[in-house]
This record gives sequence, structure tokens and C-alpha cells, in this order.
Amino acid sequence: MTPVLQVKNLHVTYYTDSGRARALDDASLTLQAGEKIGLVGESGSGKSTMALAMMRMIKPPGRVESGQVIVGDTDLMSLDEEGMRNARLSKIAYIPQGAMNSLNPVTRIGSQMDDAIKAHNPKASKSEIQERAMLALESVDLKRSVYRMYAHELSGGMKQRVCIAISILLKPQLIIADEPTSALDVVTQRQVMETIDHIQSQIGCAVILIGHDMGLMAQFVDKVAVMYAGRLVEVSTVREMFTDPKHPYSQALISSLPSLENKGVFQGIPGLAPSLLRLPSGCAFHPRCPQAMDRCKTDRPEPQDLSGGRQIACHLYS
Amino acid sequence: MAELLEFQNVTKIYSRGLISKQSTTALNNVSLKLDEDEPTILTVAGESGSGKTTLAMLLLGFIEPSAGTIFYKGKDITKLRGEERMTFRREVQAVFQDPFAVFNPFYTVDHLLTVPIEKFRLAKTKAEAKDRMEEALTAVGLRPEDILGRFPHQLSGGQRQRINVARALLLKPKLLVADEPVSMVDASLRATILETLRNLQKNYGVSIIYITHDLTTAYHIAKSIMVLYRGNLMEAGDVDTVIKTPQHPYTRLLIDSIPWPDLSRRWGESAALVKESEISDHGDGCRFYARCPHAMEKCKAPPPLFRMEPHQAASCYLHDRFPEISPDHVYELLPV
Repeated sequence: MTPVLQVKNLHVTYYTDSGRARALDDASLTLQAGEKIGLVGESGSGKSTMALAMMRMIKPPGRVESGQVIVGDTDLMSLDEEGMRNARLSKIAYIPQGAMNSLNPVTRIGSQMDDAIKAHNPKASKSEIQERAMLALESVDLKRSVYRMYAHELSGGMKQRVCIAISILLKPQLIIADEPTSALDVVTQRQVMETIDHIQSQIGCAVILIGHDMGLMAQFVDKVAVMYAGRLVEVSTVREMFTDPKHPYSQALISSLPSLENKGVFQGIPGLAPSLLRLPSGCAFHPRCPQAMDRCKTDRPEPQDLSGGRQIACHLYS
Repeated sequence: MAELLEFQNVTKIYSRGLISKQSTTALNNVSLKLDEDEPTILTVAGESGSGKTTLAMLLLGFIEPSAGTIFYKGKDITKLRGEERMTFRREVQAVFQDPFAVFNPFYTVDHLLTVPIEKFRLAKTKAEAKDRMEEALTAVGLRPEDILGRFPHQLSGGQRQRINVARALLLKPKLLVADEPVSMVDASLRATILETLRNLQKNYGVSIIYITHDLTTAYHIAKSIMVLYRGNLMEAGDVDTVIKTPQHPYTRLLIDSIPWPDLSRRWGESAALVKESEISDHGDGCRFYARCPHAMEKCKAPPPLFRMEPHQAASCYLHDRFPEISPDHVYELLPV
């Protein structure tokens, strides 16, 4: 079975006045059809950069230096602008962070959805387009009447569901959801995540969920990829991640989670995330790592495959 | 007992429209008391629109209640003038949700700390002011040399949020209102900020009103909890009891929706309830009526609070075999 997504050695750099920031460094990832993967990490770890790079939406001063993003059998990086424009939404769709602000406040929800369909199917008839938009709204549990509404008439959770409806209009093979629920409260969050889950099983696409909430990951994804300072440090199934995290950073992430058992114990991760402009030598995590060895300060650990399809970048396992 | 803060049947109604008045009850008949001698952490929990931020705004004196009175050390806060008002402003401090929006990007962060020092004349000399600033920053776990002289954009969200706590601490407050202080901060930094807040309560004797929709953090930091839904008190009590054995269907929904980082504890076991989009206003009855799986005919009349435990009461007819408790006595339910 060919995987639905293969990211190969993707590099992204931002050229700033104070130097070059490697926001994404040699990231490789494979995703099968119908798989849900979570991308976790602190702010500035490169999660959103990875999503934007896959959509080819990195803006200057950022640049994709090298690498391939293969969706189905097309390498997105080799497409021309027109080809990429066609691929967006039909092969790969993106639900942006803070989707509440990404809807146009002065046009009706319906016409924004129609635009998206028309851009890809210029020949489709008006009634056909409208019907597709309405069906998409229904599939995210919204009423058909939302088609005629404006964004301000909807609550946060409803706006988020409209964004999901737009992303599935053309039945893409891959949906990237960038912190889709970070501004919503728990009940709405659950409704939105259940909507994505439902849609995903309906159209059989793969989903990349970006976020920093491990709890949400446990509820939703099949695999977890942990990012630190622009690199993927561990990729495991969600079960392995929660029962037996391998990388010291993943271990710290898991043990900092609150639960009902350890009331009053707050265990943060000591130290601060490094600045991408001044990365520590060797393994970027070594200044905060409780198990750092001498070679961690000089040699950068490369990602390697462990049994069961796990991928770890840490000297403890080499 | 000397009361630090008292809400006496406070109601806030927002109305709009000139000809046909439309009104929204943001907070309905809420009473609570905080004791001056025993600093505690009280959580006010609820979804967006539950009135929790309205409660914070009332408490800080930014808006006035439509009915009822808020007392600070026995005095009505809307009537404070002159010296008393300054004291109130100094002793009641706030930390807001968004650590990115509260800073003026044109000033270094020192500005945020020096203004209150000057305003309240906390230091006689420049050197003393600097000492006070450094002391406050150290107390929240920051290194002053990393912070002072920097611009807000040079600091991370977690650092900024802790500077806000440091600013509040500088004024030696008696009461801190923390409105969703960790909702915009990375999960790994949440622990640090919550720890900072708890130390404030323990070491500096500051009472904290922690406003949140996240019951996980509430459980870890608070002693007592009040759950609001559309302006009404749904359930109140000891945080352990309420979170482990929630009695109100709304509290249960909130707790069932927490994404626990636990593979054996998945969502979806409890029935999905009516979507928020379908709620319409429903008379004077229980506010949760439209979404409640147990809704009954009598729920169309407002349910009183029923007290099932010494430290737990819920406003729900499912528990009408228990004795009623007047909303004025809610403070009895809240342990310190």
C-alpha cells in the first residue's frame, strides 16, 4: 500500500536580520490513508512551519530549502504555482489556527464555500455547487441555514465547524488541522474533535493534528510525532507514547501532564525552549535533558528506526 | 471573622436596544464570601458565556452590578473614594488571559513594573525601586537579568505571563483575580505558572479567584469551586468532591469533556448532548434545560440549590430529596 503522505528530508529556514533560523530541520514522516497523527511540541518548535511548508505557504523571509512532500503520487514541491493552487483543498487541506478569524466577515458563509468549489470546478452549475456546500455543512452537524449566515452570527465552535466543512469540500486525501480547538472551551472542543473524527472516517482521509495538548492527542490520534527545536525527536504510536516514551523530552512531556491521581503535583519541564537563532551544539535538548551525556553536547543524534515503526533521535538508543 | 470580599446577591444584566429593550442576564444572584485571615484559592468555572469574566470585571470595579452589592473589607466597592479607592486598587490585582495583548510593544517590560511603583509610591529611591522589581521577578521564578530592559516581543508567552504575576505581586495584593491565566500558554509552561500562583497563596497570603474553563488545572490548584452556566450557579463546593463526584448534569458534561491524557479513559462514553447551536432561551427555568439529558417538567421553574454534602450543593431537581440551601449561604459550602 502506498502511503498517502511522505515527507522526505524537509528543511525550512527563516532569514532574519539577526541570523538564519532553522525552523524545520530534516523532517521525515510517512502517513497511511486513514491515519491520524498528532504533531506536538512547544511554541516555536516548528509545528506550524511544517504544516505551512506542506501547503507551500511559507512566506519570505522563510524558504523551503530542500525536501519532498509527496501526497499520493505527486511531489508538491515540484509543482508549479498553478498546479499547487489546484492541489490545495483537493489533495491537501489546511484548517488554520484561530479559524474564527479566517472567515470573511462581509460575505455569507455560503458564498465563501461556493468560491472554493468554483475555483476547482469552473464548469459546475450553480445549484450543484450549492448542494455540495450544503451537504458539507450537514456533514459537520450544521444546519443548512448556516449557508446564508455571516460569520458574526455563529459561535466559536460553529465557525470552527464551518472551516472544517470548507476543508472537506473537495474530499482531500490529507487534512492538516493547526490547533483547531485552542481557543474553544472543553465542551465545544469535544464537539469539534468528534466532528473531525466523524468526517475523517467518512471520507477516509489522513489527518495531521497540530497541538500542544497531550490530553487531546490521547483522545484523538493514532500516532504522535514530538518536535523539538525544528526536529522530529520521536514518532510513536499513541499507546507507546503514553506507556513507554523513549526520548527524554517525550518523557518530560508525559510526566508533566496533570491527572486525577497526582493532585497538587506540578511538574514542568525545567529550562526554556532554545532560540532557533542560537541552537545549542549537538542535541538541542541537552541543556534541559536529565540524561545528557558528553557526546550529546557535540554530536547531533540522527533519527533512527526502532522496532515497531518507532523513530527516535537520541543517543540513548544508538 | 473579617471578610475580605463579599458578593451579596449580585446580578448583572446587560441590555441593548433603545426602543425594544433586549437584555442578557450575565450573572444572576451570586453570593460569595472570602475570609481575610485564611487565604484560599477559589475556582470559578464555566464555558464561554457563563458569566465568569463578568464576575471578574465586577470584582475589579470595572463595571457596576445591576442589583446587589460587592463589599471589599466591609465597604461597597462602587462607593470607594480617594485614599480608600487607591488602597482597593492596590490590594486587588488581576492577571488576564492573553499575555500578548497586555503589553505595550513600544516600552520595555520595565515600564510595566515601574508605573505601579511610582503610582503607589512603593519606593523612595531608584535603587529601592529596582530592588523591589528584582524581588518580585525572582519570586515568580524569573531571572531579573534576563528580563529587565527587554521588549515584550523578546520574551516568551510563559515569561510574559509570569511578569504579569510579578507586577501584581509587587503591590502586595490581598486578592488576585486570575482570568484564564494559562489558557494561552503551552502545556509545558502551565505547570510553572500554576505553581507560581500557588506559592503566592501559600507564601504571601494572597487569596486567588481563579477563573477558568479547564477543570483539570482547577482541580490541581484550587480548594473550592463554583460552576456557572449562563450566569447561574450550577454547583458549588469542595473541589475534590465536585470533580470526583459531580452531581449537576452540566458539571458532569464539563468533566466528561476533559481530554484526559489517559488511553483507558476515552470520550464518547457519555451520550452526546444537544449542540450549542440549538439552544434558545428558555424562560426562567433551569438554564441548562435545553441541553440536559434529564430535563423534566418541573425544571421549567428555577431550581434552588440542594445540599447533598457538607461541602457540595447543586442547583438541580434530581437532588430535591436533599435540604435546600439559600444562595446567600453558598460560602458555607466552600472550604478554605
